Amino acid sequence: MDFSFTEEQQELKRQARGWLAERFPLDRDWDGPQDDAWGELAELGWLGVSVAEEEGGAGLGFLEEAILFEELGYALYPGPYLETIGLALPWLGADERSAVAAGETLWSVEVGGLVPHLATVDRVVADGSAYDAHGEMETSVDATRPMGRLERREGSPLPGAGDEPRARAAMACEAVGVAQRALDLGIEHAKTREQFGKPIGVYQAISHALANTYGDVELARSLAYWASWCVAEGDDQAAVAAAAAKAFATDAAVTACERSIQIHGGTGFTWEHPLHRFYKRSLWLQGFGGRPAELRAEVADAVLGAPVGAG
Amino acid sequence: MDLRDTPEEAAFRAELRAWLDANLPEERRGWRGGAQRFDDSFYRDWSRALYDAGYAGLTWPKEYGGAGAPYSFQAIYLEESALASAPSHIGVIGLGMAGPTIMAHGTEEQKQAHLSKILSAEEIWCQGFSEPDAGSDLAAVRTRMERRGDVFVLNGQKVWSSFAHIADWCILVGLSDPEAPRYKGLTYMAVDMHSPGIEVRPLRQITGESEFNEIFFTDVEVPAANLLGEEGQGWMVAMTTLLHERGTLGFALSAQLEVHLGRLLEVARERVNGDALARDRVAQEWIDLQALRYTNYRALTSYERTGIPGPEGSVAKLRWSEQNQRLTKLGRELLGEDGILDDGWWHHQQLRSRGNTIEAGTSEVLRNIIAERVLNLPRSR
Repeated sequence: MDFSFTEEQQELKRQARGWLAERFPLDRDWDGPQDDAWGELAELGWLGVSVAEEEGGAGLGFLEEAILFEELGYALYPGPYLETIGLALPWLGADERSAVAAGETLWSVEVGGLVPHLATVDRVVADGSAYDAHGEMETSVDATRPMGRLERREGSPLPGAGDEPRARAAMACEAVGVAQRALDLGIEHAKTREQFGKPIGVYQAISHALANTYGDVELARSLAYWASWCVAEGDDQAAVAAAAAKAFATDAAVTACERSIQIHGGTGFTWEHPLHRFYKRSLWLQGFGGRPAELRAEVADAVLGAPVGAG
Repeated sequence: MDLRDTPEEAAFRAELRAWLDANLPEERRGWRGGAQRFDDSFYRDWSRALYDAGYAGLTWPKEYGGAGAPYSFQAIYLEESALASAPSHIGVIGLGMAGPTIMAHGTEEQKQAHLSKILSAEEIWCQGFSEPDAGSDLAAVRTRMERRGDVFVLNGQKVWSSFAHIADWCILVGLSDPEAPRYKGLTYMAVDMHSPGIEVRPLRQITGESEFNEIFFTDVEVPAANLLGEEGQGWMVAMTTLLHERGTLGFALSAQLEVHLGRLLEVARERVNGDALARDRVAQEWIDLQALRYTNYRALTSYERTGIPGPEGSVAKLRWSEQNQRLTKLGRELLGEDGILDDGWWHHQQLRSRGNTIEAGTSEVLRNIIAERVLNLPRSR
């Protein structure tokens, strides 16, 4: 039993944290057009992590991708990485995978009639076929993850199949990153903001809220890594682990952001402070691709059997 | 990362499972509540059998009677014991607290005198930390230790002490120098519970049973050779004890919770299987248990590398206690009117769980520890 990342995986995590902090700082221009640095991601090798070496990838596995999903969530990366790598990739054939690894094609997937990043990507997976990305954009709660409705023109069937556990594990990891960032911002504020002559972190109403978030984040992280390992290994428990992880981690991220906003007081409620961006991402993650109560119903089916009286 | 057992771990698990099957009498499996479970000799005999089979002190060095095995073996032992509903070794305090403290701060004579006897259950230990006016605030202990030549004379009262009614020894923190600044006047020692002047009185709890005791010390003489650490170092030594208290505890707790969850799933299948709201709550408990279990695995991996329990232990205990309260209350609730009746198991577990957020560090103290030592927030005191 070894529940830890290898030296190389930890190095990947450090690199990702460092590069993203510099490239996507908190004080970026959030309201202008978002640069997704896609070419740089291709150069870093992040687009071909799990693509085979002969197809132009690194030939690594989902655990390395899981690390990146968490860090991209921590940085609130605004491009379609989750869509291309987390959602679409398992549908694709060898040529399409090579094009993804090279940074040539950006993909998304239609879920619940909506396509995240429809206007950014080139191709969209819908009902097992690939379509060019056309359609109307809607207003998304999360401006860094805009949503549109696909206008289906010519579709061509795809060779692969969807991998729901993988998609959910990816979103769970991203949610852990978002929750961790909300926690870190809350801690920083509690250490520096002074009221009644003391940093507010000395007051237990504040410090215990952050301690609760810390517990939530650590538990969410354990579930997200467990699910990711199951996905990487093709373990029997992948489906239930991923459902559990997405339900718990996205709830945890929403709560972490809400507590952090509260701890920031009036500042946390402003447009200028970046916290609301993380909060909106957490809400997006909670709602997209299986909301927590639906996922818990799946878990209940797995551990209790189907409900009595259900057809 | 590999969440499967290594071949060595798998072999150990299989061997242990077979041993439990062969050696644990059916009528001794499952819950047997309260202090009356110690009234016959079974628990000492069972503990001795664990020792003889090599399962007591798995991670302790061989020179002190342990097996020198990695921490993962201890985790497997706790998991398998819980799954078999096996009683624990009677030396809960000795194995989890007194032993590690003696190993860290004891003299060679003390190690030789006590460690293997803790494992073989020849010595049962209890803990004398809390007092009527010193609970979370351990540094406020008032039990006096007065030095007279080669002995310390003890006067005072300890409370909430499990096993004291059957204990041979007690790890105790007292006040040796009332004039010293806070934390500096405390001294830590091992007290022979058979000494003249010690009286143990059982405390009746919310469940109606007596697991805990009060201990009264009246002019009890303790040889200076029984000090653990130096005079005045009691606080530092006590921190070692508490660190270990929360070390591998997480596994014992989540393994026990797994047994409770198994019962909850049975109740849910039988009673409320078509009830979507009940199913949602049961699923939440299942998810939370996995979260706790895999957090323990992560903590175990870092524990194996550093040998020091990490701060994750505080999270594990904090979240376990809250979940055990929620889960046992849900079990009672799902039983409807039957849950009102005192049927034994759920009744005991649900009421007993109220102590979980108080014993071994209240939830409030644990949140302070997380805030100050993990998140590095400014100290509140």
